[in-house]
Amino acid sequence: MQTSLLIFTLLFLSAVAYYVGTKRSLAVANGEIKKLHSLPAFYGLYTALWCGIPALMILLLWTIFESTIITNIVISTLPDAIQNTEANRLTLIVNDIKNLVSGNIVSGEVNSDIQAAADHYQRLQKISDYALTVLVIVVAILLSTYSLRSIKIHKRARNAVEKTITVFLIICSSIAILTTIGIVLSVLFESIRFFQSVPVSEFLFGLEWSPQTAIRADQVGSSGAFGVVPLFAGTMLISFIAMLVAVPIGLMAAIYLSEYAGSRVRATAKPLLEILAGIPTVVYGFFAALTIAPYIRDTGEALGLSVASESALAAGFVMGIMIIPFVSSLSDDVINAVPQSLRDGAYGMGATRSETIRKVIFPAALPGIVGGVLLAASRAIGETMIVVMAAGLAANLTANPLEAVTTVTVQIVTLLTGDQEFDSPKTLAAFALGLVLFVVTLALNVVALHVVRKYREQYE
Amino acid sequence: MNSNKNTMDMVKSGLAKRRRAEKRFRIYGLTAISLGLLFLVLLFSSIISKGYSAFLQTYIQLEIKIDEQLIDPNGTRLEETLSSANYAGLIKATLRSTFPEVKKRRAKRALYRLVSNGGSFILRDMVMENPELIGTTQTLWIPADDDVDMLMKGHIDRHAEEDNRRIKNNQIAWIDKFITENKIEKRFNTTFFTAGDSRDPELSGIWGAAVGSILTLVVTLLLSFPIGVATAVYLEEFAPKNRWTDLIEVNINNLAAVPSIVFGLLGLAVFINFFSLPRSAPLIGGLVLTLMTLPTIIIASRAALKSVPMSIREAALGVGASKMQTIFYHVLPLAMPGMLTGTIIGMAQALGETAPLLMIGMVAFIVDIPGSIFDPSTVLPVQIFLWADSPERAFVERTSAAIMVLLGFLIIMNALAVVLRKRFERRW
Repeated sequence: MQTSLLIFTLLFLSAVAYYVGTKRSLAVANGEIKKLHSLPAFYGLYTALWCGIPALMILLLWTIFESTIITNIVISTLPDAIQNTEANRLTLIVNDIKNLVSGNIVSGEVNSDIQAAADHYQRLQKISDYALTVLVIVVAILLSTYSLRSIKIHKRARNAVEKTITVFLIICSSIAILTTIGIVLSVLFESIRFFQSVPVSEFLFGLEWSPQTAIRADQVGSSGAFGVVPLFAGTMLISFIAMLVAVPIGLMAAIYLSEYAGSRVRATAKPLLEILAGIPTVVYGFFAALTIAPYIRDTGEALGLSVASESALAAGFVMGIMIIPFVSSLSDDVINAVPQSLRDGAYGMGATRSETIRKVIFPAALPGIVGGVLLAASRAIGETMIVVMAAGLAANLTANPLEAVTTVTVQIVTLLTGDQEFDSPKTLAAFALGLVLFVVTLALNVVALHVVRKYREQYE
Repeated sequence: MNSNKNTMDMVKSGLAKRRRAEKRFRIYGLTAISLGLLFLVLLFSSIISKGYSAFLQTYIQLEIKIDEQLIDPNGTRLEETLSSANYAGLIKATLRSTFPEVKKRRAKRALYRLVSNGGSFILRDMVMENPELIGTTQTLWIPADDDVDMLMKGHIDRHAEEDNRRIKNNQIAWIDKFITENKIEKRFNTTFFTAGDSRDPELSGIWGAAVGSILTLVVTLLLSFPIGVATAVYLEEFAPKNRWTDLIEVNINNLAAVPSIVFGLLGLAVFINFFSLPRSAPLIGGLVLTLMTLPTIIIASRAALKSVPMSIREAALGVGASKMQTIFYHVLPLAMPGMLTGTIIGMAQALGETAPLLMIGMVAFIVDIPGSIFDPSTVLPVQIFLWADSPERAFVERTSAAIMVLLGFLIIMNALAVVLRKRFERRW
C-alpha cells in the first residue's frame, strides 16, 4: 500500500478510536459524566493517540530505513564479481537496478545479473510493503484496544493527553536549536574536508581566488587558488556603498517621520517605504543589472570614465535601496523610545527642533542606531541575489567602485550551481565560504543585539 | 543688566542662522523620504514599462494546407504516425507558397525563422484531435518568432544597420507584406500564463514556476505554521525560565538574521546529501523555507500571545480549566489573528526567496509542469532569475512580466495581512 494511503487509513482508524473511546468512557460511567476523572473527549483523544502515534512512528522509521536495507540485501546477493568492483561502479550498478525497478532509463546494458537483481529488489520491496501495512494496522488496532480496556472511571486521561501535547510542544520548540546545530555541523564538516586539501592560513589570508581545479594534471588554467581576501574585499566594498546610500537616507527619513511629520504623512509614507523591504531580492537584482548598471556605465562613459558593466557601484547602490527600510524602521523605534522628558528639557532651554534632535535625541539614541546599522550591514553582507545578478565573477582586489568585484555569496552560488562532484575542493570551498559568512554575520548580530539591549536598559 | 542685554543680543543675532539651520535640516529629512519614494516609483515604473508588452504576443496568419502526402502518406490515421509526422514541413511549405520568389537556401531558412517552432505542435494537437482535417486547408494564427515579436513591438530598431540587428532586410520585407495584408497581429499572450519554461521565448510561460511555487508554499505552510505556533505557545506559556529555554530564544533571534543562502547550504548538506531526498523537488524547497520562515512566525505568534491579557487566563483557570484547556480554548483563539498575520508575512517572504533554492537545485531548466511535491520543479523567483540570465531580448520583457505577477501575489498577501490585522485587532 502506498504511504499516503496508509497515513489516511491511520487517520481514519484514529478517528474511529476517538469515537469508540468517548463512548466507552460514557459506558464505564453509566452515562454520568460527573463520575469520570476527565471529560469524555479526553478518553477519546487518549485512545486516538495510542492508535495513531506509535503506528506513525513505525511508519516513519520504516520508510527511512527501507531502501537502505533492501539495497544492502540486494547487493549481498549480487555475484561476487560485481560486488568486488570499486565503490563508484557499485553505486552506478545499484542506481541502474533502481532505475530498472522504477521503469526509468538505464545507463548501461542490462545483463541477466542486473535484471535478476532488479527482480529481487522488486520482490523485496513488495514484501516490505505488505509487511509494513500489516504491522502498522495491527499495531494501531492492538494498542487502541489495549487503551480502550484501560479506561476506568478514575483513569487520568486528561493528564496523559496533556503530557503528550507538552512533549509535542517541546519537540517543536527544539527545532530552532536543531536548525542551528544542523547549519553549524553541515558547513563545518564540509569545511573540515576542504581544509584537509587547502590549509586554513592559505584560505584566510591568500590574496588570490581562482577556484578552477584540474580534472587532469596537465590541464591549463587550473591554478586552484583559494584565498578569500579578494572576496571579502569585494563584499566589504559593495556593503560599504550600500551603507553609504542606506544610512543617511534611512536615518533622515526616520528622524523626519518620528519628529516632524504629522500623523497623516507618517501613516502613508512609512508603509510605502516599507514596501521596499518586501520586494524580493531577485527583483532588485534584475533592476540593478538591467536599469541601474547600464545607466551608471553610460553616465560614466559620458564623463570619460571607464566603468565595468558589472560595477560594484550598481550592485551596492541597489542594495542600499533595499536596506533603507531596515535602517529607517530600526532607527524609528529607537528614536521613539527616547523619553519625551529629554525633548521637553531641550525645548525648555530654547533649543530649536533640529538642535534638540542633533544634540539631545541623536546622542541618546546613538547606541540603538549603531545596533540597527550593524544589523543592516549583516544583511548587506549576506545578501545574495542582487550581487549574483549585478556583480562580477572575477575576484579583483580593488577599492575602485567602478570596477567589477565579486563577493562571498556570489562565489557560493557559482561554485554550487551546476554539475560537479560533491567532494572536489571546488564544491567544498563553497561550504568553507558559507562557514565564514555564517560566523561573520553571527558575530555582527550578536554585537548589534547586545548594543541594542544595553541601550534599552538605560531608560526602562 | 548690561550682560543680560548682551546675551539677548547674542541669542537674537544667532537666531536667523539657527532658523536657517532648522529649515535645512527639515529639507534633508524631506529629501530622504522623497528619495526613498522616488526609488520605489523608479523600480515599479522601470519594471512595468519593460514588462507590460509581454502580455501581448505577435501572431502570423497562415493558410496551411494539411497535406496527406506529407503527414500520413499511407492513410492509416494511426496515432503513432500522426504524432510523429512532419508538421514543421507543412508550415514551411505554406511559407514557401506564400513567398514563391524565395529560392536560395539561406533565404528560405530566414523565411522559416519568421514563425515559432511551436507552430508545429499547435498543428499536431489540432490534427491529433480531429484527423478529419487532413486534406483540408486551415487558416491558423501561429505565434511569430521572438525576433519578429520584438520588431513588431519596436524593441528592434528596423532602421539600424543590418549587421547589428537580428532581423534582416529580407525578413522585414516579408513582415511588411504580412502587415499590409493584415495577416500579422498582436493578441493576448495566453501561452505566458499556461506554459512551462522553454528555450523559445514565444513558447515560454510562468505556469510551471507558479505551480512549483504553490507546491513549495503549501509544504512550507503545513510545516511552519503548526511548528511555529507550538513553539510560541511553549515558550510563552509553559517554558520554565532556565538555560535551555534561554538557549532556544537566543537561537531563534539569531536564526532570524542568518543569511538565507546559509539555509540553502544546510538544505544541500542535510536533506540532499544526508537524507538523499530528490533534488529540485518542492518538498525540499518547502523544508528549507520552513526553517527560514519559522523565526518570523514564532516571533509574531509570541507577540500575539503576549497581547492576550492575563485576566482571560485567570478567569479560565478560575472556573477550573486546566492550563492546557485555558490555552487551547481561550488564549489561542484570541491570539489567532495575530498569528495568522505573522504567518502570511512569513509566507510572502518565502514566496520571494531565491538564494536558498538555487543551492538545492531548483534552478534546473524544467519544461514540464510539476504534478506533485516530489517532481523536479522551479519557482517564480528562480524562473525570473533564469530568464534574466537569458540572452534573448524577448526574455527581458517576459522577466519583467513575471516580476509583475510575483509582485502581484506579494501585494495580495500583504494586503490580506493588513486587512486581517485591521479587522481583528483588539485593544484590551
